[in-house]
Amino acid sequence: MLKTFPKGGIHPPENKITSTKSIKRMPTPKVVYVPISQHIGIPAEITVNVKDKVEIGQVIAKSSGFVSSNIHSPVSGTVTKLDKIIDTSGYKKQCIVIRTDIKDESNFEDIEYPLKKDISLEPKDILQKINESGIVGLGGATFPSHVKLSIKEGAKLDCLIINGVECEPYLTADHRLMLEKAEEIIVGIKILMFALHIDKAIIGIENNKKDAIEVFKNLIINEKSIKVAALKVKYPQGGEKQLVRAILNREVPKNGLPLDVGVIVHNVGTIFAIYQAIQHNKPLTERVVTVTGKKLENASNYWVKIGTPIKDLVDEVGGLPEGTRKIVNGGPMMGKAIKNMDVPVTKGTSGILVIHEDEASRGEQKNCIRCGECVDVCPMGLEPHLLMNLTEKGKYDDASNEDIMTCIECGSCSFVCPSHRPLLDYIRFGKHIVKKLNTAKN
Amino acid sequence: MTNSVLYSVLLLSSLGGIAAIILYVVSKKFYVYENPLIGEVEDILPSANCGGCGSPGCKAFAEKLVNYEDISSLFCPVGGNEAMKLISVALGKEVAEKDPTVAVVRCQGSCDVRPKTTEYQGPKSCAISAMIYSGETDCQFGCLGDGDCVSVCKFDAMFMDESTGLPIIITDKCTSCGACVDACPRNIIEMRPRHKKDLKIFVGCLNEDKGGIAKKACEVACIGCSKCEDICPKGAVTMADNLAYIDPVTCTLCRKCVDVCPTHSIIETNFPPRKVKKVETEVKANIESVKLNADA
Repeated sequence: MLKTFPKGGIHPPENKITSTKSIKRMPTPKVVYVPISQHIGIPAEITVNVKDKVEIGQVIAKSSGFVSSNIHSPVSGTVTKLDKIIDTSGYKKQCIVIRTDIKDESNFEDIEYPLKKDISLEPKDILQKINESGIVGLGGATFPSHVKLSIKEGAKLDCLIINGVECEPYLTADHRLMLEKAEEIIVGIKILMFALHIDKAIIGIENNKKDAIEVFKNLIINEKSIKVAALKVKYPQGGEKQLVRAILNREVPKNGLPLDVGVIVHNVGTIFAIYQAIQHNKPLTERVVTVTGKKLENASNYWVKIGTPIKDLVDEVGGLPEGTRKIVNGGPMMGKAIKNMDVPVTKGTSGILVIHEDEASRGEQKNCIRCGECVDVCPMGLEPHLLMNLTEKGKYDDASNEDIMTCIECGSCSFVCPSHRPLLDYIRFGKHIVKKLNTAKN
Repeated sequence: MTNSVLYSVLLLSSLGGIAAIILYVVSKKFYVYENPLIGEVEDILPSANCGGCGSPGCKAFAEKLVNYEDISSLFCPVGGNEAMKLISVALGKEVAEKDPTVAVVRCQGSCDVRPKTTEYQGPKSCAISAMIYSGETDCQFGCLGDGDCVSVCKFDAMFMDESTGLPIIITDKCTSCGACVDACPRNIIEMRPRHKKDLKIFVGCLNEDKGGIAKKACEVACIGCSKCEDICPKGAVTMADNLAYIDPVTCTLCRKCVDVCPTHSIIETNFPPRKVKKVETEVKANIESVKLNADA
């Protein structure tokens, strides 16, 4: 029997169209738009001026607090504007516009770094380096990695979990990365284990990626400390709490972190970024993005420089097919539709999903029939119908008491609701208000 | 026979007597003193329970008025100065005096002038759609059109105009309780002084984008050209973030700014038609008729 988490969960159609497409390199765009707020926390502070020349990997915005992250230039070129453009949040946000220097060849080279296994840095330096390299959680939440890794003394930590679950339908970025950069990921895991003094690491992979499981199993034959856990396919297994429960059978307390049960969870993409930062001194300036959609001609996975407009990605796969209704940043379950095609790729963009009008519309909202489907599928054991009603009526205190803040926003409830009720929309709004009220209280 | 009648009468009247004694004792023992002034003040207040004063209801506000020593910071916008004066007489305390205000909608982005570039399918609520993204149009400052303001108005003073997709305020019914101001996630609704004959001049736009971008998103957007600031004889217009704002206190309703605004983003309401313009149009019409005659 394969492991999985016990409560709730759904199995949406996988649609992993691009799982066999190896990662190609997206041509360097002529202009990149780099938002200064690509992570959870305080936006970075811009350190460049208009007309400055910048190099690849140069810091262009500096971390401005503990929960913040550096931002590096993805190209070498000239800063042309410090402008506000619409980013994935749907609002105009400050961003740095850099025109790529066409004459500079480093912009167009595809450097394949040789595998480097020896770790030369001390644990402290490793954490420092991760902080400097602007690495954030690449699974989609974009939480600055150094915050996750700064563990208070005395905290009990015994296991590192590598999240290779990728439970979102359509997305295959992590899957391909695991297949193509498996050895590097193993080195990355060792770096983290060394830096955090842990001697146990488990890579969690869902059983629909059998090839990846095989690759890792072969690689770790001689490694005693690293294990691979094949997991039953179930959404949202990629959630930290669900993954910890599935692999280690430990229940992360509500409002707590995996660290409270001695675990740290990192996405495979983050691990690879850490590997590159430590071994090759390469800051986070590009990531793997799955560009996919049922009607796309050449849906595939790409190495994309941060700041590339989504228009470029769509053009690369053969342009927008006729009848496109929605373009989603992320997967179909948790992703968010973007407002226009100029929205740039950020550190949190794991996929671009082009949805045809046949599938884009939301059903007409009807009354709740008390079927309890949403309660059944909620992986956090909440009552989504109740939370929605409480939010709708403005009873935020009651919603807070019903643990609205523990919702992980996986969208399973909205997915199964036979009355097409916008459960998650309301719960998100309720969370937003409860958060505001809580900060006002403190 | 007479006995049984007598017994029942005696029993019932003694029961009644005992009950009366119990009730009397209880009412004396558990008597809660309430300042009679509170009731008096509550009667003066409009009993709208709208929350415009900041208290949950008129009773709570009355308690505040009676209990606080200094009530100059308290004001009932619905009852206005009349009610506050009566309260002042009743309580013998000084009350604040405020000019009557009325809510205005500072957005003219109807469907014709502000084209929709995306489609929103989420729940019909401005607050939720504002949390999700910047709205169906390219203007991220304007009205979202889902009517949160209308749904909170307790006085039926607002409705959504279906042809424009914007809320409309019925000035006569508006009590300036401020519920709509709080409900609007974009802060489009503003309380401005109520002038005679309901004359109003204000900038009907909140777009802080640069001129070109604003104009592209909405034909009637303020482009921050500062023409109104330059022409205003009283210095009532201030520019900030590519946006003009007319200070309601200093503005003398001279309408000069309305004339110079190239995008017609300054709104004037209830003014009589302009004389100068009339003459011009008449002259034009005359010239045209003369031309037509000449052609004929």
